[in-house]
Amino acid sequence: MTVKVLDPTSEVIRKPVAIPARLQTLDGSSIGLLDISKPRGNVFLDALEELLIQAGADVKRFVKPTFTKPAPVDLRHEIASQCDAVIEALAD
Amino acid sequence: MNADLDIFSDGYVAFVKEDCPTCLLIEPVLSRLAELGQLNAVFSQDNKDFPALDITIDDSDLRLSFQHGIETVPSLLKFQDGVEVGRLVGWLKSEWEDFCESPDLCSESFQNFSPGCGSLSVSPDLLPSLEKRYGSGLGSRLVEFAAAEDEVERMYELGWSDGLPLVPPTSERVLRMLDGTTRSSDEILASVPPNLVDLSIEKIAINAVMAGCKPEYLPIVISALEAVCTDEFNMHGLLATTMPVGPVMFVNGPIRNEIGMNSGMNLLGQGNRANSTIGRAVQLTIRNVGGGKPGGVDRATHGSPAKVGLCFAEDEEGSPWPSYSQSQGFSSSQNTVTVFPGEGPRLITDQLSRSPDELARSLAIGLISNCHPKIVLGMDAILVISPEHAARFADAGWSKDDLNSAIIEQSIRSTDDLIRGANGIAEGLPEDFAGMELPKFRPDGGLIIVFGGGGAGLFSTSIAGWLSGDKGSKYTTKEIAK
Repeated sequence: MTVKVLDPTSEVIRKPVAIPARLQTLDGSSIGLLDISKPRGNVFLDALEELLIQAGADVKRFVKPTFTKPAPVDLRHEIASQCDAVIEALAD
Repeated sequence: MNADLDIFSDGYVAFVKEDCPTCLLIEPVLSRLAELGQLNAVFSQDNKDFPALDITIDDSDLRLSFQHGIETVPSLLKFQDGVEVGRLVGWLKSEWEDFCESPDLCSESFQNFSPGCGSLSVSPDLLPSLEKRYGSGLGSRLVEFAAAEDEVERMYELGWSDGLPLVPPTSERVLRMLDGTTRSSDEILASVPPNLVDLSIEKIAINAVMAGCKPEYLPIVISALEAVCTDEFNMHGLLATTMPVGPVMFVNGPIRNEIGMNSGMNLLGQGNRANSTIGRAVQLTIRNVGGGKPGGVDRATHGSPAKVGLCFAEDEEGSPWPSYSQSQGFSSSQNTVTVFPGEGPRLITDQLSRSPDELARSLAIGLISNCHPKIVLGMDAILVISPEHAARFADAGWSKDDLNSAIIEQSIRSTDDLIRGANGIAEGLPEDFAGMELPKFRPDGGLIIVFGGGGAGLFSTSIAGWLSGDKGSKYTTKEIAK
């Protein structure tokens, strides 16, 4: 006697997302730095910004409204449309 | 027209599909059986003109194939007095001749044996829609465990469990569970975090079965999930945080007693089915439908046993004060569930205070240690006050608001003692908070007082909250819709 049960999961199969090509150089690249609004994340990002500028990158800073929630869609879109790569800083 | 009754009264019926070599092979046999007057109908799953017989009936909607449980084609079913008395699958010449009591169904040289093919009605792609249309009415995929498999073990292996055993969610159990609500099983209630996928009542019912709920608990589970799956409650954040928090729930209104919830002795502990399984059903739904699993989006450093599911009821009958839901504007006949982003319960002992003032001061200092004594205002709390503690206030004529205000007032501290580095402790408020007087909790709703617990014990219990408000999570009370 077999047992049949109903699937408790969403049954959603997500399509794999291709990883974008690696940046070949920082020189001339637009790099986004995303501050998640958690204490001291800015300290890390300030240091990174200096290093990135020395390497010739164009640095753009972004801030999430709160670290407790996913970044809003508009912010994600802004980053994706303006940057070749993004670095998100955790904190504490 | 209802030809089904005659067809399935006495005689034979066959189920075939053209895309099956064995069905093609036995076309002359079916023709012969039809000539003999033994075959009432041939149900064809993929071509209404195959086989080319007068008795061929289109079953491309697979209704009859599904309803008769056809797993293999060809299948030959025998009926007597409207009851199926036997069936053959595939082709074995001698078996068919015996079954049909006809020794000359085909020539001597006819192929003796050919196995059948899978019926379209058991195709994994089609089965859920057939089940929904012609079967249980449920649309979820059916997962079949072999006879030799232990279904409880298999459910662990599939990753459906929170670590405790699950009740197998069979169609029968899920249908019974759905009797607990008037909502349609395919109603989409919310978008469930963290993956933000549609959450149907059916998926909630499946997870409620697995959690061990009874059907009469389902409306609470549904309403709690509706309250949890909002941007304001921010379940994604509760999962993603390294802090040990989950949706803590408590229930007000007559439904508490109707379903036998515990609001008395050991109300936060084990032993009551409703208390133990409602919160678990909410968490299993977030895990299985939303995809929020420990080690995945759930990044808790330590977590808490309360994250298996924490749900309790307020003791409205024993309370000297209006219930929590009444304080939120609901009537005593309305059923509500309050969802709060919280940790596990922690005891605050005071066996010596006799006056309301000294006990309020004592409870305040107990609550100050929530999260960290030097961190204030960012987090709310639930105080589950015991009958013996509540009596100290009620006997002195204090209302619940009086108690709430007194605790918050008694929790006010000089921020010079709370800033970073003060008292030799690095943790604390930023330095620019120095020179202020601040309470532990915001006065406008930072402390929720709920009455409950056993008759003996000069204790109350603190349930510490997570980041409150727009930057974190907003707790909420929702009326339970049956």
